Amino acid sequence: MSIAHPDIPTPSLVGFTLPIMAIAGAFSGYVVGTAHGTPVPGVILGILIAVALGYVLARFVPNRRAGRLGTAALAGIAGLAWVGTSGLIAGILIGLVLSWFAYWLSSSDYRASVPVYATAGDVLWHNTFKFICGLIFFFLIAPIVVVLPLSFNAENFFTFTPKMLALDPDGYSLKHYRDFFTNADWQGSLWNSFRIAPVATILSVGFGTLAAIGLSQSHVPFRRAIMAILISPMIVPLIISAAGMYFFYSRIGLQGTYWGVVLAHAALGIPFVIITVTATLVGFDRSLTRAAANMGAGPVRTFFKVQMPLILPGVISGGLFAFITSFDEVVVVLFVGSAGQKTLPWQMFTGLREQISPTILAVAAILVAFSIVLLTTVEILRRRSERLRGMSPS
Amino acid sequence: MSETIEAGPMRAADGTPLKKSLARALRRQKLRALALIAPLLIFILVTFIAPIADMLFRSVENQIVSDTLPRTVVALKDWDAASDEAPGEPVFAALAVDFQIATELKNHTKLGSRLNYEDPGISSLFRKSGRSADDIGKSFMDRFVGIDAAWKKPETWAALFGDDVWLADATAWADAKDKDAREPAFKLRDGVGDALPATAETYRTFARAVQAEGRKGLVETKPWPVLFTALSQDLTSATPEALAALTDVDTALLQQAATAVAGTEPFAYRDAFLAIDKGWGDVDAWRTIRAYSPRYTPGYFLNAIDLEKGADGISARPDDQKIYIKLFIRTMWMSMLITFSCLLLGYPVAWLLANLRSSTANLLMILVLLPFWTSLLVRTSAWKVLLQQQGVINDILVWLGLVDDGNRLIMINNQFGTITAMTHILLPFMILPLYSVMKTIPPSYLRAAKSLGATNWTAFWRVYFPQSVPGIGAGSILVFILSIGYYITPEIVGGTQGVFISNRIAYHISTSLNWGLAAALGAILLAVVLLLYYVYDKIVGIDNVKLG
Amino acid sequence: MKLMNTLLATTALGLSAGAASAVELTFVSWGGAYQQSQLKAYAEPYMAEHPDVKIIWDESSAEAVAKLRAMNEAGNISWDLVDVTVSDSIRLCDEGLAREIDFDTELAPAPDGTSATEDFGNTLQNDCFVPQIVYSTTFGYRTDLVGDTPPTSVCDIFDLAKYPGKRSLQKRPIDNVEWALYCDGVASDDIYSVLGTDEGVEQAFKKLDTIKDQVVWWSAGAETPQLLADGEVVMGSTFNGRLFSAIAEQNQPIAMLWDRQSFDIDGWIVPAGLAPEKEAVVMDFLKFATDTQRLADQAKYISYGPARASSAPLVGKHADLGIDMAPHMPTDPANATNVQLYDYSWWADHRDDLDAKFQAWLAQ
Repeated sequence: MSIAHPDIPTPSLVGFTLPIMAIAGAFSGYVVGTAHGTPVPGVILGILIAVALGYVLARFVPNRRAGRLGTAALAGIAGLAWVGTSGLIAGILIGLVLSWFAYWLSSSDYRASVPVYATAGDVLWHNTFKFICGLIFFFLIAPIVVVLPLSFNAENFFTFTPKMLALDPDGYSLKHYRDFFTNADWQGSLWNSFRIAPVATILSVGFGTLAAIGLSQSHVPFRRAIMAILISPMIVPLIISAAGMYFFYSRIGLQGTYWGVVLAHAALGIPFVIITVTATLVGFDRSLTRAAANMGAGPVRTFFKVQMPLILPGVISGGLFAFITSFDEVVVVLFVGSAGQKTLPWQMFTGLREQISPTILAVAAILVAFSIVLLTTVEILRRRSERLRGMSPS
Repeated sequence: MSETIEAGPMRAADGTPLKKSLARALRRQKLRALALIAPLLIFILVTFIAPIADMLFRSVENQIVSDTLPRTVVALKDWDAASDEAPGEPVFAALAVDFQIATELKNHTKLGSRLNYEDPGISSLFRKSGRSADDIGKSFMDRFVGIDAAWKKPETWAALFGDDVWLADATAWADAKDKDAREPAFKLRDGVGDALPATAETYRTFARAVQAEGRKGLVETKPWPVLFTALSQDLTSATPEALAALTDVDTALLQQAATAVAGTEPFAYRDAFLAIDKGWGDVDAWRTIRAYSPRYTPGYFLNAIDLEKGADGISARPDDQKIYIKLFIRTMWMSMLITFSCLLLGYPVAWLLANLRSSTANLLMILVLLPFWTSLLVRTSAWKVLLQQQGVINDILVWLGLVDDGNRLIMINNQFGTITAMTHILLPFMILPLYSVMKTIPPSYLRAAKSLGATNWTAFWRVYFPQSVPGIGAGSILVFILSIGYYITPEIVGGTQGVFISNRIAYHISTSLNWGLAAALGAILLAVVLLLYYVYDKIVGIDNVKLG
Repeated sequence: MKLMNTLLATTALGLSAGAASAVELTFVSWGGAYQQSQLKAYAEPYMAEHPDVKIIWDESSAEAVAKLRAMNEAGNISWDLVDVTVSDSIRLCDEGLAREIDFDTELAPAPDGTSATEDFGNTLQNDCFVPQIVYSTTFGYRTDLVGDTPPTSVCDIFDLAKYPGKRSLQKRPIDNVEWALYCDGVASDDIYSVLGTDEGVEQAFKKLDTIKDQVVWWSAGAETPQLLADGEVVMGSTFNGRLFSAIAEQNQPIAMLWDRQSFDIDGWIVPAGLAPEKEAVVMDFLKFATDTQRLADQAKYISYGPARASSAPLVGKHADLGIDMAPHMPTDPANATNVQLYDYSWWADHRDDLDAKFQAWLAQ
């Protein structure tokens, strides 16, 4: 990485790296200074430290890892001595960021992903663009990251207490996790969610895959209309679906039953299965089934031995979407379900309404971990699918 | 068939003409496709489409008025709604029977609430009148009991209106006092319906209600006061021959009552109702009842677009009640803003993902999908924690000295809160379709444009952007459709100014119980969504949506 | 399609029938600490005596009227006992959705033999409603945000100059319009006659207009305590039990403002049309759960006053904190010096109108 472009001259230390380091230093100095009510001295001190750091690292510490860790350690110790635990963490973070920044600037890494002929303006634009994208990713993740520490709140409110901000261990507790694992309501709703979502998923995947295969045939009458009907659960505003199902299911005796909720959730999950499986089938090479038929395999055998393994990743990914739809669904279950089918989102919803408690956040933290596992599964499956596709003659 | 054979067309191996054979194969193929689709289609039709159709049907349904006040509705046909006078005696006579029955069956407050949607104030009129409605019946009862004390007894009524066989069974049942057995189902005596139509009908309703309750038998239950009102009306209009035609009953009792009724002053129904509540003299209330007496009504739809149906046609609602058009416009406008901000944030990210190495891109994709799979409720609560005045963002801004502590920004319980939170929630729905389109645009096009002398901007705007338009269309319509139906997030972070039409629908379903209006609002919303879906299908094609 | 419906319904029935062995009852309540207190004081002791009875809780009281109406329409009642406020019970009773109850024969008398009707006294509001608790909607304020002169009158809510900052009010006309009129100078006794006129309603909304852009509207009981704990609002209305738990159990810097607290009653209704076997069990539970001792027990867990006069002397200490509960009851004489008397029948008659007007006003 570091010497990726030997033909690019190393940027001028005094004319380029150090002034930019000064700006970064001024910014972090301002943040740290404000925390202590002394923004102006903070800015000045920040500039001095950052410029010195940039100079020392660029000139005397060619080993990046050592430079970064050293800076972080020094800054961390300074923070610990000056403020305490929170200072330690802030110091390590600032140290890591500033030292990384110094190397990034001084070794012309910032040009690494633009063509060599790019002008200074191009490079600036390119990095600004990356920075903007970083901010957008931050926007996506920040709410989740910010709210999860509250699940360790020692109090029963969604509020960062002064003790939490001071990183005082007394401000933190695992009691909301304990509550989740010991409270019968939460455990009951978790059990219900795991009782409803998989069955709903199996229904949507079963019906959905068959229909997607049917839809991908070359001559399907009324294809557009059928597709519109099958996709409709995703399109119709949820509140309308919920109210409609409520009245209708009441009439046929399904309201408030396990199967009522399962059927409703299966209907909501179907569009996802249809969309993902038809998308997989678009790239499916039909000559494979013909070849199988030529070699004497019956339609059922062809389906399970040839078609199914190839479209399986699409089926599974659709199934995961259907699963999460059921697992995260609150509006319809509130209407169609009754106490016996209280799912996790429902329990969270009443939790938010009747007694705000960070147990909800503890549940969320557990679910986020669960989502990460699911997402990794999807990623692995996708890679597998790409490998398989690569083998098929398309 | 034979002509084609003679013309010597190509034939399949089994000797049938090729054209026919192909057509058959095609038909078989079609059938097989349909057979594969059919289970799901039926499933969706039953579990999803039927409920929605059923729900939307409520937006025009209006049986409640003619079911609750059947006689009044008929009598009202002769009343001139344009006149400035409340209807006359016949209408009030009909109302006397209808309203008392409604009170006994506890239907009058339901009807009051229903009519209150059209004319605020009627609900209290119906409710208040319900409490003293049987005063009218009681005054008739006193008259009849004054003629003969037998009228007070349930047996007299049961003998008069009940079929002989039923009566014997019911009496036996009452004597047996068997707790588990139910009283035999009531059967009306032949002919009594012709002689005393209103009373017979009322008694049948009475019998049904008593037997549904099931605690006491008909022969043991005191007759409703309304029966006396109905009987009095029947006896006034009944011909002596009709009464004489009744055999096997105590005709003497009836004749005696008929003579007595004929001899007294006719009852002043109108005055009786006015004495219960002055509101019955209000022409507007009567116009509303008349206007909403048909079994199907456009009233809910009119209401949903801030109109109302009065005696003199359709007119705009008063200004302080006009909220729905404003809400529809607000829903549209905010959904557009949300779509636009999703596009603004989603485009660069999708571009980045499409142009990175696939392993890095897939890693970053997890960052996009993670919020997508985190509970909606948690994400919404997170925005509450972030955006409120004592929240994280304001705290940081104050801490940095960018905002004064006394002037913290108001970012929640308004439109800003809804737009921010929903942009966050719907952003993945923009990024995913954009990404799948951008992946198909070869990067060499941009390089070619640049090498031909285009500036960065021109290359992007003239070459890349036009090719990404299908993705923009797909993402935008998807986000727009999803956002105009949103309900939970605006409810939690939207305050009063940041809520959508869906919140209104939910309010009418669970709080105000105006299900007809909820259905009408829903139908309009659904029509808009379907229109957009149609456009989406035309422009992009629903097959081209990809998720993940 | 009809065939399909029948098929679906039969499958569903067949599947659900296998599950029920003992009596399974569904009780509907509000969730949170309140439901917990009912569980501890009523349901657990009852289930200890009757091991064959299983109770499932459904937190749907907020939608009770809507759901009962839909169940009734479909002829499929799946709830057995429902906790509602008086105003909802009036609606349910009026529409025949709740079963009428003969208080003297179907409920337990007081220990000294006083009849249930007499013991419940004026908390009995209609023929279907068995009262449990008296609660009040009242105000709490942040002690650290109101300066040196804490609010003493409900009209301080409308005083933006003295107490700047947001306040939270319930998203419904009830209570709010009464407070507005009271603080606009209408005499306590005239409030409902003034509200009965269009001008009166306008006057109330005008008064509310003065603080409209400083109000956070809440619809669930947990919101005001959270808003107060965050410092989002300076003061806000909520149920007194919520404030008690924020103050006494959570040690938040919040204090009660009892002035013009609005009393309300919460209690049980039995849905009309239950199967006779089920109804018998439900009525047996109801008799047990609304006797003198049980009502007094509930006050151990939550600061709501028992509805029976005979329960008041039995109210003891908080189950966990060991503090005396009596001074935290809305009915305590020290707290009830100036009370907003909620006129149920007036509201039953005018609720539809005022709801519609209030919602339109909010949307303006």
